[in-house]
Amino acid sequence: MKLVINGLSFSYNSITALKDVELELGFDEVLSIVGPNGSGKSTLLKCIDRILKPSQGAVLIDGRDVANIGLGELAKIIGYVPQSSTSTFPFTVFDMVLMGRKPYIRWIVSERDKEIVAEILKFLGISKLAARHFNELSGGEQQKVIVARALAQQPQILLLDEPTSNLDIKHQLEVLGIIKGLTRSRHLSVIMAMHDLNLASRFSDRMLLLKRGCVFAVGTPESVLTEENLESVYGVKSHVTNSVLDIPQVTPIEPIAPGVEDSEESK
Amino acid sequence: MTTTSEVKRLYVKGKKRKVLVILSALIVLLITIVISISLGSGSPRFMEAARVILSKIFPFLEINPGDTNTQNIILQFRLPRIVLAIIAGAGLAVSGASMQGVLRNPLVSPFILGISAAAGFGAALVIVLGIGVFGPYTGYIKVASAFIFSMLAMLMVYSIARLRGITSETVILAGVAVGYLFSAMLSIIQSIASQYAATEIVFWLLGSLTKVTWEAVLIILPLVLVAITLMIRHSWDMNVMGLGEETATSLGVNSRRVLIVCITLGTLATASIISFTGIIGFIGLVSPHIARMIIGSDHRFLLPFSIVLGAILLLCSDTLARLVLMHSELPVGIVTSLIGVPFFIYLLLSRRRLFWH
Repeated sequence: MKLVINGLSFSYNSITALKDVELELGFDEVLSIVGPNGSGKSTLLKCIDRILKPSQGAVLIDGRDVANIGLGELAKIIGYVPQSSTSTFPFTVFDMVLMGRKPYIRWIVSERDKEIVAEILKFLGISKLAARHFNELSGGEQQKVIVARALAQQPQILLLDEPTSNLDIKHQLEVLGIIKGLTRSRHLSVIMAMHDLNLASRFSDRMLLLKRGCVFAVGTPESVLTEENLESVYGVKSHVTNSVLDIPQVTPIEPIAPGVEDSEESK
Repeated sequence: MTTTSEVKRLYVKGKKRKVLVILSALIVLLITIVISISLGSGSPRFMEAARVILSKIFPFLEINPGDTNTQNIILQFRLPRIVLAIIAGAGLAVSGASMQGVLRNPLVSPFILGISAAAGFGAALVIVLGIGVFGPYTGYIKVASAFIFSMLAMLMVYSIARLRGITSETVILAGVAVGYLFSAMLSIIQSIASQYAATEIVFWLLGSLTKVTWEAVLIILPLVLVAITLMIRHSWDMNVMGLGEETATSLGVNSRRVLIVCITLGTLATASIISFTGIIGFIGLVSPHIARMIIGSDHRFLLPFSIVLGAILLLCSDTLARLVLMHSELPVGIVTSLIGVPFFIYLLLSRRRLFWH
C-alpha cells in the first residue's frame, strides 16, 4: 500500500491546525512525526484515518482518496493506536483484541478470528494476560494490548499516537522494538507521533518535523534533528551529538527567550 | 507459557458459560409463566388453564376446555396480561441496555429522550378532556395521544441535538431539557384537573398492566421484535463504541449512525409499551445493570440476557401486584422497585469488580 498526502489542511473551527502538508510514505517504513505541543501531530494522524475530515487536500491510498473508502474497508487497511485508551465497559484482553477483528466479523466469531487473536497475543508475549481485564492492567501492558488490537485488523499501515508517552524505559524499547520489527516481518508501514526525540531518532527511518501545522523538515533523523531546526521549531537551545548507537542524540539545554515569532505560539 | 490453543480454549469456555446463564434464565422465565398462570382471582388452577390453552392451540385434540367462565378468565384476562408483561419487560430492558451502551452512560433509561413525561402529558390531556370530548373512544385516544407526544419529544430532542451535532452529550442533555418541559406541562394539567381526573392521571403514571387486551399485544409485539432484532445485530458496534468514538471510527464503526438507530428503535418500542401500560420505569434502567453484573458487558450476551431478565422481573412484579391486595391491585411500577432494588443493591455490593468505568 502506498500512502500519499496531498496538500492537506485542517482547521478546528477557524483555528488552523494543519496547513498544506505533503508526504509520501515508503513501503515498510517507520516515519515519526515530531514537533511541539499543538503542532498538529495527532491531528495529522486522525486525518489519515478519516477520524477527522481535512478541509483541503486529500489522503490517497494506492491512488484512492480515503474519503471515498468505506469506514469498514479502511479499517482493514489502517490500524490506529490512540494516545490513551479506556473502555467504558470491562472487557478481557482477549475480547479487547478481538475487537480489532470487527471489520471482518459480521456477528459470529470464526475459528480464524480466534486463531489470529491468539497468535498476535503470543507474538507480543501477552498470552498469559488473555483472561485478565483490560482496565486492571498496567500502562505498559495496556499499550501492548492496544497495539495487538490494531494488528488484529491486519492492516498494511499502522498509525500510533505517542505510543510510548506513559511507558517506562523498558516498555518503551519493547513496544517500539515490536513495531520496528513488524515493518520488516509483516510489511507494515508505520507512522507514529512522538514526543521523545531520541526514541524517535532511534526507531525511525525518516522523521517529519511539524511547526504550527506546517512541515518544517522531513528526512533522515540526521538531517532533521539539527541544532538549528530544534531552536527554530521548539525554541530550545540544544546539543546534538552522535550517540553510542551511532544515531543523533539530542540533549536539550535551555529554552531561548521568547522572540517575536514564538510569542504567538499556537494554543 | 500459555499456548495459543490454551488461550482459545479459555475464551470459548467463558462464552459457553454465558450461553448457559442465558438458558438458565429462560428456564426461570418458563417456570414464572407457569406459576403466574395458576395464580389469581377467579382462580382457575394450573391444570384448568393448561387445558384451555392446549385446546386453543391444538383444537384437533378435542381437549375439554372447561366452562366458558374459566375460558374467559384465562384467555381474555390472564393470558394477554402475562404475554404483555413479558413483551414489555423484554422491550424496556433491551432498550435500556442498548441506550446505555451507545450513550456510554449508566444513568440512561429508555426514557432518556424525555418520553415518559411526554407520554404522561399526552395521556393526562385525554384523561382531563375525557368522555365529554372523546366519547366511548377515550381509551384508544389516550393511547394514541401518549404515543404521539412521545414521538414529538423524540423529534424535539433530535432537532435540538442536531444544532450542536448528535453526540452522547447533546442527546442526553436535550432529552433532559425536553423531559422537564413536558413534566412542567403535565404538572399544569394535574393542578387544574378535577380530583377524579387527577387520581386517574396518578394511576396512569404509576403504570399498570390491568386493562390489557390482545389488541395491545398485537400492536406492541412487532415493534419490540424489530427493536430486539436490530439491536442485537448491532451488538458488536456497541462493544466497540465503549472504546470511544475515535477508536470506534478507526475500527470501521459509524458511531453516530449506530447511536441514532438504537435510540430511535428503543424509543419507538418504549413509547408503544408505555402508551398502553403507563410509566413502568424501573425495569429499563436496572435490569440491564443487573444483567451486566451477572454476565458481563459483551452486548452479544448482555442484550439477550437483559431481555429475559426484564421479562422475568416484570412478570414476577405483575403477578405479585395482582395478588398481594385482597380486592384491588398495586401499581406494578411500585412492585418492580420493591423487589428489584434489594436484588440490585445486593449485586452491587457483592461484586468485586467494577462493572462500569
